[in-house]
Amino acid sequence: MYAAIVFLPLIAALIAGFGNKKLTDRGAQIVTCGAMLTSAALGIVAFWEVAIQGNAQTIELFTWIDSGSFEASWALRWDTLTAVMVIVVTVVSSMVHVYSVGYMSHDPSIPRFMAYLSFFTFAMLMLVTSDNLIQLFFGWEGVGVASYLLIGFWYDRPSANAAAIKAFVVNRVGDFGFALGIFGCFLLFDAVNFDAIFTAAPEMAGTTFGFLWWDQVDALTVIAILLFIGAMGKSAQLGLHTWLPDAMEGPTPVSALIHAATMVTAGVFLVARMSPLFEYAPTALVVVTVVGAATAFFAATVGTTQNDIKRVIAYSTCSQLGYMFFALGVSAYPAAIFHLMTHAFFKALLFLSAGSVIHALHDEQDMRNMGGIWRKIPWTYAMFWIGSLALAGIPFFAGYYSKDMILESAFAAHTGAGEFAFWAGIIAALLTAFYSWRLLFMTFHGTPRMDKHTFDHAHESPPVMLIPLIVLAIGAVISGYVGFEYFVGHEMDAFWGSAIKVLEENNSIEAAHHHTPGWVKLLPLVVGIIGIGSAYVAYILRPEIPAKVASAIRPVYLFLLNKWYFDELYDWLFVKRSWQAGLAFWRTGDGTIINGFGPDGVSAMTRWCAGQVARLQTGYLYHYAFAMLIGVVALLSWYLAFGG
Amino acid sequence: MLEQWLLTIVTFGPLLGVAFILTVRGTPEQIASSSRWLALVASGSVFLISLLILTYFDPTSAEFQLVQQVEWIPGSSIAYHMGVDGISVWFVLLSTLLTPICILASWEAVQKRVREYMIAFLVLETMMIGMFCALDIFLFYIFFEAVLIPMFLIIGVWGGARRVYAAFKFFLYTLAGSVLMLLAILAMYWQAGSTDIPTLMETRFLPGLQTWLWLAFFASFAVKVPMWPVHTWLPDAHVEAPTAGSVILAGVLLKMGGYGFLRFSIPMFPEASADFAPLVYTLSVVAVIYTSLVALVQQDMKKLIAYSSVAHMGFVTIGMFTMTTQGVEGSIFQMLSHGIVSGALFLCVGVVYDRMHTREIDAYGGLAENMPRYALVFMLFMMASVGLPGTSGFVGELLILAGAFQANTWLAAFTATGLILGAAYMLYLYRRVIFGKLEKEQLKALLDLSPREIAVFAPLVILVLWMGIYPSTFTDLMSASVENLITNYKVALGEAGTAMAAR
Repeated sequence: MYAAIVFLPLIAALIAGFGNKKLTDRGAQIVTCGAMLTSAALGIVAFWEVAIQGNAQTIELFTWIDSGSFEASWALRWDTLTAVMVIVVTVVSSMVHVYSVGYMSHDPSIPRFMAYLSFFTFAMLMLVTSDNLIQLFFGWEGVGVASYLLIGFWYDRPSANAAAIKAFVVNRVGDFGFALGIFGCFLLFDAVNFDAIFTAAPEMAGTTFGFLWWDQVDALTVIAILLFIGAMGKSAQLGLHTWLPDAMEGPTPVSALIHAATMVTAGVFLVARMSPLFEYAPTALVVVTVVGAATAFFAATVGTTQNDIKRVIAYSTCSQLGYMFFALGVSAYPAAIFHLMTHAFFKALLFLSAGSVIHALHDEQDMRNMGGIWRKIPWTYAMFWIGSLALAGIPFFAGYYSKDMILESAFAAHTGAGEFAFWAGIIAALLTAFYSWRLLFMTFHGTPRMDKHTFDHAHESPPVMLIPLIVLAIGAVISGYVGFEYFVGHEMDAFWGSAIKVLEENNSIEAAHHHTPGWVKLLPLVVGIIGIGSAYVAYILRPEIPAKVASAIRPVYLFLLNKWYFDELYDWLFVKRSWQAGLAFWRTGDGTIINGFGPDGVSAMTRWCAGQVARLQTGYLYHYAFAMLIGVVALLSWYLAFGG
Repeated sequence: MLEQWLLTIVTFGPLLGVAFILTVRGTPEQIASSSRWLALVASGSVFLISLLILTYFDPTSAEFQLVQQVEWIPGSSIAYHMGVDGISVWFVLLSTLLTPICILASWEAVQKRVREYMIAFLVLETMMIGMFCALDIFLFYIFFEAVLIPMFLIIGVWGGARRVYAAFKFFLYTLAGSVLMLLAILAMYWQAGSTDIPTLMETRFLPGLQTWLWLAFFASFAVKVPMWPVHTWLPDAHVEAPTAGSVILAGVLLKMGGYGFLRFSIPMFPEASADFAPLVYTLSVVAVIYTSLVALVQQDMKKLIAYSSVAHMGFVTIGMFTMTTQGVEGSIFQMLSHGIVSGALFLCVGVVYDRMHTREIDAYGGLAENMPRYALVFMLFMMASVGLPGTSGFVGELLILAGAFQANTWLAAFTATGLILGAAYMLYLYRRVIFGKLEKEQLKALLDLSPREIAVFAPLVILVLWMGIYPSTFTDLMSASVENLITNYKVALGEAGTAMAAR
């Protein structure tokens, strides 16, 4: 059963992908959706057995790489962390599969789309069930490829192709760090298996090695930071986030599955999985906290100014991932995973609802061309409300439990970084509420700003799209309440077992439960309501305000609208420079210097020498006789001088 | 009995095919058709026979196996001595596999002088296999140099417009190295009194002499790999060569340099290898970064892949000189993988070149629309080239980098930039050829892969995935020989160290 959960999607992907015309579109949809729903059902059973009943186990399939002590197997490791991830991945994925049947119904290449989606799910499952760093890397790159293929799914659009390449290459920058981290692990532990690493990690605390500039540097810190660089790439953290907004070029179900619920959370999973190592690298944890908090703040500010409905949600995702990271950084791993789960539900819900809006308005994505359609698509509208309430952390919706837990933990950590994260998180919470309702109001309320034809033809989505929305909405409502006790409450220790390790002195969740002042618990809710209120004022009561504010603080507005100019900076700094270097190396390096002094130079020289020699061959007998005489004299002199 | 003769049969089997082809009579069409079939049957049979090597090969032993030794030139130690160990055995199979694939790939592309073309390929096969099996350094030298003759002819006769320039450039580069290597071989003969490779491996050359011998061999091998800055012959040779010529060039001939390092430089001159490792690292790192950037700006598909080959071979030379188990096994694995992947990429270029007769990237675009099977195959090999886990390219790169990290973290960091740059130029190539709108009129009529082309690609697809998912099949055969190589190297260095200390 455990193997079936992982491999059913692969089999479905192969059937749909290679099924050719015999299978038909419908056949591909049935196969992939059927496999995914089965996988999700089994995933729930597995969750019950592994997480609730506590039967953690590892299933070895066969050896993968075996070179000296470098050994990695194909294996399925099932513990609570895996089981949680599997349930998130399979449930969201199966809902997205079903939704896609409706959303993609007019697309000419349905089997290809379904095959990619299933392949993605397989790679993601390999990632979360890995028992060593190498298989994790397999899944890591596998989801990267699936993401690349799906972002570029409409391959006749130049923007989609550019976004696909950008996503892959920026992720590779992260992988650069990840790979070095793996090699660092291998150097230090002489193993790449989790069990071996985790067992040896406490003994290795404080070990130093030489790394780049540093002769003696704390080995675990370096390894942890390198692994975190990988996580930053995949999870779009500040600095390596630029690919995520562009990834919205992909079809909306892809954005929901890959760029909101699952793949982008792989970095969070990685750090949580490696918690037995990160716990002994306090400096690395500070880095994680600061980067996470900065991302949460940065992305939220950008989210307030974007006009593309999907980009707003993308920045929101980026920001929420920042929350998860600073939770990891203050050792509140369970809270991070808890938020990962609730976020998967409500963010997938928001994305799919946005897809439903886009579908209703015939591929319109710009919120400036929307408005006033809430009566036309009431179900979608309701779903949007649920998703936004959960995202803003309004009580009793899922986000309330997980986000507040994170903020409280950051506060309770009582460290400088934790404090910074707490306040960044509070500001981000305010902005989150603001941009969520800005989106809601701009999209559904006010006067319709699209042309009349589009408005008249706006229609509610078919049941095949609405049912998945409802399922996810249920998750977005109850998952926080249901999960709280297990994930971060009293059952926490029993629930997680040995899957996550937190040192006694770092246990910020425990601290949060006992010593959190009342205002800390209340503040997130207060700022959330302020955010909603100000959005209501700005976009419903006084719609002229946003334009006034924008022109009053124009430099700030442009800075935010242009996403802090990261793209321009990177383009100038890396892309242009690489191109120049490539051309210079090619034309000057290879052409002028190497060929000039190498083969072409040698041949020119030979030709020149030959010309000179040819001039000697004058044809006059006395020239030759003279040359011969010189030769004889020279030979004779040499013999007399040295031969004697 | 068979065990002793097996390598000889495999090595000279293709020549039997040549003999048959020479007897063919009839109209030009008949001759062409019979030559094709005879060459395919001959090389195919050789491949099947070469599989027997695996059944006889004992993976637990580091010794040379399937050995045959016959006295050759009386009065000297020069002998006909053949054998394989864990380092060479896969290269033999790589050669026997790629030759029939090349012949099948040239089925329609080559229309002039078909008989001569097929003969050239079969002779080339003999020389390649002989080179990997030779256990006498003179015999090795003969094969090593003779390989070039059919290759020159293939580029010079069946090549593109600037074929003479390309062949000449290759010749100039090779010449210097070959002369120096021959001198070094003579010096070794005088010193050790033997040309037998296993004997030479046990001979301890004086450190001073080692330096010069190492440099002489390096001159020859570095050109073949090719290492920066002696790589500029490769793009020209690839661009001008016919598709199958490029496949063999990238697939097998580039491996001659790497194989040479593992067979001669490292075991015979261990101290010099240790001394020169930083030089090799430097040149290789420059190759990885420099040629990757150059590949990024190319407009010619074959040139792009040629430059990517230089970058990938940079990984190989780094791996082997780290002298760690992972590094050396990784470099052998990477050579095998690169042989298949880059060969397949050149075949991919050949597919569209046969249809459009241009290698300009800008002439293409949107082929995913009408050539989906081609797009899929190209995608797989592109991903293998980028080093995606699950394909053969990953295993080699991973092991090499793991080895490099143990040797020097800077080395690993610089080399790993190849992961980023490699992805950039390959994806950019793929985007311009396969993705985009199908707008150009000539492209719309292109047909997807024919059954013959599928037959060409199928074995390569299977191998790339096999090597990526279950690489143990391949590494198991190497490990004993690699361990032995490293142990001997460490022992030699240790002795040198104690000798220094004693002084």
